[in-house]
Amino acid sequence: MGATHLPSTEFDGTDMDDQLEAEAEAQLGAPPEPMVQLLGPDGSLGSDPVFSKYAEKLDPDALRGFYADMAKIRRFDVEATALQRQGQLALWVPLTGQEAAQIGSGRASQPQDYIFPTYREHGVALTRNVDLAELLRQFRGVSNGGWNPKDTNFHLYTLVLAAQTPHAVGYAMGIQRDQKLAAANAVDGGEPGQPEEPKAAVMVYFGDGASSEGDVHESMVFASSYQAPVVFFCQNNHWAISVPSSVQTRIPLANRAKGYGFPGIRVDGNDVIAVHAVTEWALEQAREGNGPVLIEAFTYRVGAHTTADDPTKYRGSDEESLWRAKDPLDRLEKYLRAEGLADDAFFEQVRADGDELAAYVRKTTHDLETPDIRTAFANTYVEAHPLVAEELAWFEEYSAGFADEETPAPAPATEARSAAAEPEITEAAN
Amino acid sequence: MTTMTIAKAINEGLRATLTNNPRALLMGEDIGALGGVYRVTDGLIADFGADRVVDTPLAESGIIGTAIGLSLRGYQPVCEIQFDGFVFPGFNQITTQLAKMHSRSNGNLTVPVVIRIPYGGGIGSIEHHSESPEALFAHTAGLRIITPSNPHDAYWMIQQAVDCQDPVIVFEPKRRYWLKGEVDTQTPGASADPFKAHVLREGTDATVVVYGPLVPVALAAAEAAAEDGHSVEVIDLRSISPIDFDTVTASVQKTGRLIVAHEAPTFGGIGGEIAARISERAFHSLEAPVIRVGGFHMPYPVAKVEEDYLPDIDRILEALDRALAY
Repeated sequence: MGATHLPSTEFDGTDMDDQLEAEAEAQLGAPPEPMVQLLGPDGSLGSDPVFSKYAEKLDPDALRGFYADMAKIRRFDVEATALQRQGQLALWVPLTGQEAAQIGSGRASQPQDYIFPTYREHGVALTRNVDLAELLRQFRGVSNGGWNPKDTNFHLYTLVLAAQTPHAVGYAMGIQRDQKLAAANAVDGGEPGQPEEPKAAVMVYFGDGASSEGDVHESMVFASSYQAPVVFFCQNNHWAISVPSSVQTRIPLANRAKGYGFPGIRVDGNDVIAVHAVTEWALEQAREGNGPVLIEAFTYRVGAHTTADDPTKYRGSDEESLWRAKDPLDRLEKYLRAEGLADDAFFEQVRADGDELAAYVRKTTHDLETPDIRTAFANTYVEAHPLVAEELAWFEEYSAGFADEETPAPAPATEARSAAAEPEITEAAN
Repeated sequence: MTTMTIAKAINEGLRATLTNNPRALLMGEDIGALGGVYRVTDGLIADFGADRVVDTPLAESGIIGTAIGLSLRGYQPVCEIQFDGFVFPGFNQITTQLAKMHSRSNGNLTVPVVIRIPYGGGIGSIEHHSESPEALFAHTAGLRIITPSNPHDAYWMIQQAVDCQDPVIVFEPKRRYWLKGEVDTQTPGASADPFKAHVLREGTDATVVVYGPLVPVALAAAEAAAEDGHSVEVIDLRSISPIDFDTVTASVQKTGRLIVAHEAPTFGGIGGEIAARISERAFHSLEAPVIRVGGFHMPYPVAKVEEDYLPDIDRILEALDRALAY
């Protein structure tokens, strides 16, 4: 069966992939899992037998916080897109439309959890207290990372699709071993009075496009085999650059989990309350030793894949309009206003905070310093390496040859390791 | 001093690592109850348990990818790839992730993963079981590559690989797994630095640089040359990334002639790199062009003709004759 026979995501006003689900049911003889939704596009709160109790735990502050985070990250996204258009960033990866999926899931994680993002998880980064200006280092071309993952348990972005998914499972296998070692130490007497470490889990993000990569399959096999405490969080934003999700899968992605032997949940990815509830449940499952969970957040990338992309070439504006009607911010605003949980002053303040963040990001982007290539020499290997030392020495000598010219050779980076540099040559470069 | 095979020496080295380093663990297909297809991990699961000798699903990318994750959590995994030709499903994880994690994190993260790969031909096996892909990995910055040629090195180098904070690939010469030799398990002696080449035989007329499976071949060739009155120096490179060019350069400055031999195809191989570097470093010492002896530019051939493919004593002697003719 060729691609032309696959179901299209060009939907006709019915629910997003009814067609896909109907086909799956017809072909596989099993109904798809229903999609979890608590907060509808009209701002009304529904109920769910499993997940409503998680939603009930959210107080008004938490709900207002969700809104503020979503608004902030959308404003950040607009600013970063503008910076790219002005030539300040080499590329930008917009997230608009996916705020609920990211804020809802990120806010469900605990500080001891470790998060592996792909490269669009700016909202998750916000919830992990990553300085958003640091996210731009990679896109400005001054770093291949930009932040220290150890500070926030938020890993670096990974550009090779799905490569981070086995890393997440391995990290989770490490958590399992740490817990066993801690338990063994406790039995051995351990150190009395030490507070017990909070149980941790791992969450890994990937998209519907990445779900086709072999690494997703292998990581799910490993996660299932070892019952690793990992939550696979798939943001199905419907488009892998220009290829629709229907070319990635013939069944709802969440249903794939059954084949690996762990729960798969499809959640309305534009419903921040449902995403939060489902993720909190999944992370609890993982932390308590019940194994992995796959969450498919059914959402939509409203803009381009990246700023290098032109979505008008492969999809219709009607599709985008239908999804805008399901906007995650609008529906939470409706709910907050209807319930009297937020007023004009709150929304004004959120806007002001967003503008302040945008101004900060704009300024810090301009101020990002170009690194000295000596930092790359220093960080290729952990331990001293003769080839790196030889090439660095050559570079220093070469640079020193320009010392008398108008543009001085760059000063050696403080990070450059002395083990890799000949002192007299370094001096000559100065 | 104890006499053991290379396979047993690696086994004992892994045992010492697992005993001394509670963060070390082994991962791979069939490495548990079976003890690996070459029995290199024989008996380890019985002593260290399934959490430290991990029989994995059959998935090379999964093995290396999860090892990266374990190392990010502070563990030091040693992955076994069953055969050289099966490393390629894991190539992406090795070259785009493992090799670059330290660099792209600006030095904040280390991933001290070890990957063991039985490599090379000469065992009469079938497709994908006899390849020498070391140059493909040596070209990638961020990786270190070593290859032992004798049991003493094998015992120490595997432990040194685990101790190293950089990712290390250990190419194990599978046709030498049953080569016996003395191992000093108390002290590494001259093997203390796994990245340093060893001069195994001194000579004055020419230098032969080899590593891994070809070391005994080169030594035998040097012996044969001596009978013809030629004094040949033999260097076991031991480390393919980095390469100990100082030792090779010093030798060439003494002998004036260099032959590099490996099983991998000559084109684009390690031999070419050594030839180029030595021509830069010791051009005026060279009495002849550097001559490479290696495999042909073809997929590793079927076992029935692999003897025509693999460099042997005569191929090295033929290269020596050419070098001496200048």
